[in-house]
Amino acid sequence: MSAPTVDPDLTPTTIVPAVAAPQAPTTDAAPASLRGTTSVRTAPSVGKNDVDGPRRLLRSTTAEQRFVQLGAWLAAVALAWLVTDRLLPWDGAVAFTLTTFVLGLLIVGLLTAVVGTGPEVVDRVMSAVVHAAVVLLGLALLSTVLFIFLRGREALFHVNFFTHDMEGVGPRDPFTRGGILHAIVGSLIQVGIAVAITIPLGIGTAIYMTEVGGRLARIVRTVVEAMTALPSIVAGLFIYTVAIVTLGLPSSGLAAALALAVMMLPIIARASDVVLRVVPGSLREASLALGASRWRTVWHVVLPTARPGLATAVILGVARGVGETSPVLLTSGSATFLVTNPTGGVMNSLPLYIYSTVRSGEPLEIARAFAAASVLLGLVLTLFVVARLLARPRKGTR
Amino acid sequence: MTTVLRSEPARVDVDEPRPLATELSGSDRTFVLSTRSIAVTVLVITGGIGLFLAWSAVPTMQRYGLGFLTETQWEPESDKLGIGAVLVGTFTVASVALVVAFPLSLLAALYIAEYAPPGLRAPLTSLVDLMAAVPSLVYGLWGFFLLKPYVADVAHWLHQHLGFIPIFRVDTDPDAAVWDRSAYTASAFLAGLAVAMMVIPMATAVMRQVFSQTPPGEREAAFALGATHWGVVRTVVLPFGRGGIIGGTMLGLGRALGETIAVLLIISPSFDLKFRPLEIGTNTISALIAGRFGEAADTQLAALLAAGFVLFVITLVINSLAAMVVARSRSGAGADA
Repeated sequence: MSAPTVDPDLTPTTIVPAVAAPQAPTTDAAPASLRGTTSVRTAPSVGKNDVDGPRRLLRSTTAEQRFVQLGAWLAAVALAWLVTDRLLPWDGAVAFTLTTFVLGLLIVGLLTAVVGTGPEVVDRVMSAVVHAAVVLLGLALLSTVLFIFLRGREALFHVNFFTHDMEGVGPRDPFTRGGILHAIVGSLIQVGIAVAITIPLGIGTAIYMTEVGGRLARIVRTVVEAMTALPSIVAGLFIYTVAIVTLGLPSSGLAAALALAVMMLPIIARASDVVLRVVPGSLREASLALGASRWRTVWHVVLPTARPGLATAVILGVARGVGETSPVLLTSGSATFLVTNPTGGVMNSLPLYIYSTVRSGEPLEIARAFAAASVLLGLVLTLFVVARLLARPRKGTR
Repeated sequence: MTTVLRSEPARVDVDEPRPLATELSGSDRTFVLSTRSIAVTVLVITGGIGLFLAWSAVPTMQRYGLGFLTETQWEPESDKLGIGAVLVGTFTVASVALVVAFPLSLLAALYIAEYAPPGLRAPLTSLVDLMAAVPSLVYGLWGFFLLKPYVADVAHWLHQHLGFIPIFRVDTDPDAAVWDRSAYTASAFLAGLAVAMMVIPMATAVMRQVFSQTPPGEREAAFALGATHWGVVRTVVLPFGRGGIIGGTMLGLGRALGETIAVLLIISPSFDLKFRPLEIGTNTISALIAGRFGEAADTQLAALLAAGFVLFVITLVINSLAAMVVARSRSGAGADA
């Protein structure tokens, strides 16, 4: 075996400065006697180091390193318990987690310093920091989703929760009475109207910006991009001022839908613009060269190519609209009963129901709010997954 | 034969291309006209909102002048309206959010781009996008119901041990036998934590995108020189992604400034001009609008619109700067959130 060997004892770092097997440099410090010997320690790399072998993993950890990592963090947990629970009066989950984190970094650094040099210690500690941050972030996301579902589970699993509205249901009535049908239907109607307005306008604008172009298109693009910065509450305030205060329309589902549309329009137009811009120009030129008109090129070539991306853009815009509370808060008013006419006065929606119920302070009401939040979260997750599934074929063809 | 061939091109007197029909056909003209009218409609709608906001801010600005930006009280009854306090509150909440979100999103982006096993990268990227799709209301509930007790403890600890630094001060006695728990809740700190959850996915997405475009040659060169993994990250990936780091953070800041519901749910509104994020009570422009629109008569509504316009201008400037920074960096193509 004349394969380059990397002795784990001599290079304790996980990073092997190697790109592919042929270029893999032999560690300079490796004694000549070690070269060409097949020691037990190099066994994992046997077969991978052949010249024609598969590309070697750039960053592989040895079992020893993994063991050291595991041991360090176990030690950190134990020590943190000792510190927070026995030595210092810092009891509580937060203090425990933070102490574990700090102690873990210290122990990892110390263990590396025993065998390694400065850069290696820094490398290990930073690697631990990165991993710990990701674990923390994962915990935060997981706790968000789980917490919502757990708090809402009592009210969630009743059929009437999805088939009844809250008319005549008091704040202390059991979960077998009342439901959030009115909020679900309200949300669907409002978002439906908003989508019906924004899709033709948003995608039409995107087509104009990418397919027609010109100076006007640049102006439109600048303005649309600027308006994506519009905070949703200001969009709501705009509709509130114009439609309800100035024009005297009642608070209604239609007003809420308009507010949502105003908020979603720049988002969808901009996202569609991005999607249409990445359609390869060669496809357009091929179609035009075959004698197709511009209109046919757009309809038969550009839009079908961009369809998955456009669907993703629209669905993500819808997911954003469904969960947005502030425009609805200003414009729709809130009803406790089922309203299906968007112009017929106050109408409730999921985010608004959650917001107003959670502020009531009544435990049963709050449980209902969490159940409604679970429904909202489930809706958004479903939309998101659908968007991802739609976006997938495009990835495959590339 | 040869003369004929040679003389043939000479017959074309002027060296001009054959005239092509550049006029659009009927259907194409309809296409251009219809899309142009749609685009103009959208331009009128979106531009109209901006102009409307600017126009409705005029009377308020005329009446209160620059004092509108510095006056801290919001008392329509005594004709004292100003967004000084809420402006400070808006930036306090956003700063807390950024202080929490910046390191976390940077590390998360580094993990996805550098440390994660290759098979995990795509799912993790989706997970970050999913985190961005979670409604802000949900993060508000999370902050209000789950974090509140823990955050009070943390805030109390910070006040006890770092209270000599002004921003960690709270207007109560930290060493009292039974400390006043209520003074540490409903604060800008807690609101900032919830907002951070909305900032993190945006910033992470942009940063990850830029990091993943690091030229492999430079990375491998650093590895070949014997750099450790962190050495590569520090000397190649981070300098390369600087634009993305700054731009992503600023995009997140834009989001943090405009966030309403999570903040409204968590804070207890107050109009003091203060720089103590751990203490109960603060207010932001968006929370002010959401809290006051219902009771607003004409003057107050105009003032709220002016406040909304100020907020819009701030987010617009920040977003434009962010877009510029991201576009200027060597990469960042398609770094839209």
